[in-house]
Amino acid sequence: MDPKTYKFDTLSLHAGYQPSKNSGSRQVPIYQTTSYLFDDVDHAAALFNLERGGHIYSRISNPTVAVLEERVAALEGGTAALATSSGMSAIFLIIMTLCQAGDHLVLSSQLYGGTVNLFRLTLPKFGIKCTFVKPRDTQGFKDAIQENTKGIFGELVGNPGNELMNMPEIANIAHNAGIPLIVDSTYQTPYLCKPFEHGADIVVHSLTKWMAGHGSSMAGILVEGGKFDWLQNDKFPSMTQPYEGYHGLSFAEEFGPTAFTMKARSEGMRDFGPCLSPQNAWNVMQGIETLSIRMKKHCSNAEKMVEFLSNHESVAWVSHASDPDHPDHELAKKLLPNGVGSMIAFGIKGGKEAGEAFINNVKLASHLANVGDTRTLVIHPASATHSQMDEATLKFAGLSHDMIRLSVGIEDIEDIKNDFEDGFRAAKKLKFVINK
Amino acid sequence: MKFKVNNEDIFASTGGRPLDKNKPLIIFVHGSGLTHMCWVLQTRSFAFHGYSVLALDLPGHGLSGGNSLQSIEEMAEWISDVIDAVDFKEASLVGHSQGCLITVECAARYPEKIKTLSLMGGAGAIPINLELLSLAENNDSKAVDLMMDFAHGPSGHFGGHPVPGLHHLNIGSMLVQSREVKDTLGVDFRACQNYTNGFNAAKKINLPTLSILADQDRMCRVKDGKKLADHIKNSEVYIIENCGHMMLLEEADKTLAILKKFIKKNYPAY
Repeated sequence: MDPKTYKFDTLSLHAGYQPSKNSGSRQVPIYQTTSYLFDDVDHAAALFNLERGGHIYSRISNPTVAVLEERVAALEGGTAALATSSGMSAIFLIIMTLCQAGDHLVLSSQLYGGTVNLFRLTLPKFGIKCTFVKPRDTQGFKDAIQENTKGIFGELVGNPGNELMNMPEIANIAHNAGIPLIVDSTYQTPYLCKPFEHGADIVVHSLTKWMAGHGSSMAGILVEGGKFDWLQNDKFPSMTQPYEGYHGLSFAEEFGPTAFTMKARSEGMRDFGPCLSPQNAWNVMQGIETLSIRMKKHCSNAEKMVEFLSNHESVAWVSHASDPDHPDHELAKKLLPNGVGSMIAFGIKGGKEAGEAFINNVKLASHLANVGDTRTLVIHPASATHSQMDEATLKFAGLSHDMIRLSVGIEDIEDIKNDFEDGFRAAKKLKFVINK
Repeated sequence: MKFKVNNEDIFASTGGRPLDKNKPLIIFVHGSGLTHMCWVLQTRSFAFHGYSVLALDLPGHGLSGGNSLQSIEEMAEWISDVIDAVDFKEASLVGHSQGCLITVECAARYPEKIKTLSLMGGAGAIPINLELLSLAENNDSKAVDLMMDFAHGPSGHFGGHPVPGLHHLNIGSMLVQSREVKDTLGVDFRACQNYTNGFNAAKKINLPTLSILADQDRMCRVKDGKKLADHIKNSEVYIIENCGHMMLLEEADKTLAILKKFIKKNYPAY
C-alpha cells in the first residue's frame, strides 16, 4: 500500500490550483486587483483578526500569487510559502521576521554579492551583526555562534566559487544551538535538492532564476519547513510571546508549523510590503511547469561544459562539483543526486584582461548580471556582481580576478562550445599582442 | 494556555482570548495524531465572539505533557476531567474523526456536563486498515503519508488552502510528526481500532447534535457518518460537497458557518 499523493512533475503543473473553484479556467487566472470585497463588517473583522483565511489587500496576499506560493511549498515539501517581489526582498523579510536590533547571524562567506552587502553593510545599520564563515569550515559555523545568534544562513553551493557547505552537519550545529538554518536554494531548485530533507528550516529562492527560467520576471519566495520548534527556548520572543498587533496572538502557539510564514506575512508584508505582482507570479508559474525537464538539460549541458573546459588549453582551472576532483564531489553526490546544477566557475589563463576579452567576444553567451536563464550567461564577478567588495572581502569570498562565472543554458551544447572557442581565441590573441 | 489535568501539563489554544468563566465553554477535540492547530480556523472566531474556547492537545500530543491515552473510554473520561480542571460546570464539545468517538463517549457518560455535540467526519466506529495500523505502531513515517493521502480531498491534493500560501498535506504531516509517530498516531489508531461502543453510546445521547460530513471523505464515509447520526436523537446532518475528511481545514469557511449557526442556536453566548 502506497500513498497516491501527486509527485514532483505533477505538482509542478497542478499544485495550489483547482479549476472548479475558478470558473473552470484551466490556466491560473491573473487576479489583477488591489483589494477584495468583504461580505459584511463581520467578515472584514474576521479577516483582519486572522479568524478566517482569505484576501484583504494584494500587498498582503493575492489569489494568483497564492497559487505560486502553494505550488512552491508543495515542491519543496514545506508547510507554507510567501512570495515576494525579488529574492533579496525574501531574504530581507526572513531576517526582519527572525531578528531585532542586537541580534547576530552566522553566514557562509560564499553568497551572492547583493546578499553579502545586505548582511555586511545594511543590516548592521539596524543593529543586526553578522559573522562570515567559509562554507567548508563546518566547525567555524559552530565557533561563530554567540548568545545572541538567531540563525545560520548559507547557499548550499556558494556563489560564485562553487564550494559546498555541509548542510546536514551545519543544520545539526544550528539545532543544537536552538536556532534555525536558512538556506538560499536558488541554484538548486527543489528538483535538485530539497533542503528540508537535509535539516534546513527555512528555504529562500530567487524565483527569477531557474524556477522561472525565462529571465522575464523578478520574484522571490520564502518557504517554511515546519519542523523548527520556536518554543524550545526564549530566543524568539516575537514568535512565542503575545503580539500586540493581533490582540496578544502567539504565532508559535497558534500556527505551529506555519508560524514563521504567518508572522512574515501578517507583520512583514503589512509593514514592508515587498509584494509580488500577480502578473509576475503567473509568469514564474509558466516556467515552473517545465522545471524538471529544463533542470535535466541544464545539468547535462553543464557536465559537458565541465569536460570541455577542463581539457581546454586556455583554461587554468574549473570548479563544478560534478568533477570527481572537486573537493566537495562526494558531498554533492549525497545532497544533489539529480545533478549538481549549471553554475560553473573557471579561471582563464591570462587573468583579468583575458577574462574581459573572452566576455567581450562571446556572441551566443549573454554578458549580464543574472543566472539561471535558459540561455547561457557569463560574467566576470570581480568587476560586476561582486565589484562592491574590497580586495580582502573578495579573497575571503573565494573570488579571483581570473574567475568567470558561467550559467550554462539549454542551447545545443555544440553551439555553446563553438561560442566559447571564439571567446578563447580572442583572449589568446590579446595575450599574444601584450607579449609582443 | 497550559494547565494541569490529573497532574499533567496540558496545552490548549484559547483562540487568542483568555478563558473567561462568564462565557460558555466550547472544547475542540482533534483527530488521530493531530494537535490543536487543526482547529485554528474555527477557534479564533468563537473566542472573539462570546465564547471561551479550549482547543486541546490530548496528552502526549502537540504541546501537552504526559503519555497518549490508550483507549477512547480513557480519553472520554479525560475530557470530563478537563472541564473540572478549568472549573467549568458544562461545555459544548466539537470533535473531528477520532475526536468524534471521544466526544460521543463523553456525552453519553456525562449528559449533565455536555450541552451540545458537534461531530466532523465522524462515525460510530473507525476501524483502521491493518497495514496502516502496523506502520503507525512501528513508527514508520509512511503511515503519515498514507493518512495524509486518505484524509484529504481535492483541496488537500491539488491545493487551495483558505489561508494564502499554506499547504494542507505538508502541514498535516508536520503536525503528526511533531512527536514520535508510534506514540501518537500508533496509540490513537489502536484506540480507534479497539473501540466498539460508539453506537451504544450514541443511543444514550439526548442533546442537540450536529454531524458535518464530506462527500469525498475516505476515512469516515458519508454512509458511516449518517449511520452514527441515525443513532442520536435530535441530530442534524450537513454534507459538504467536493471535500475530504479534513473539512475543518479544506472547507474551513463552510464548516465554521454551519458550526456557528448550530452552536449559537443551541448554546448561545450570554
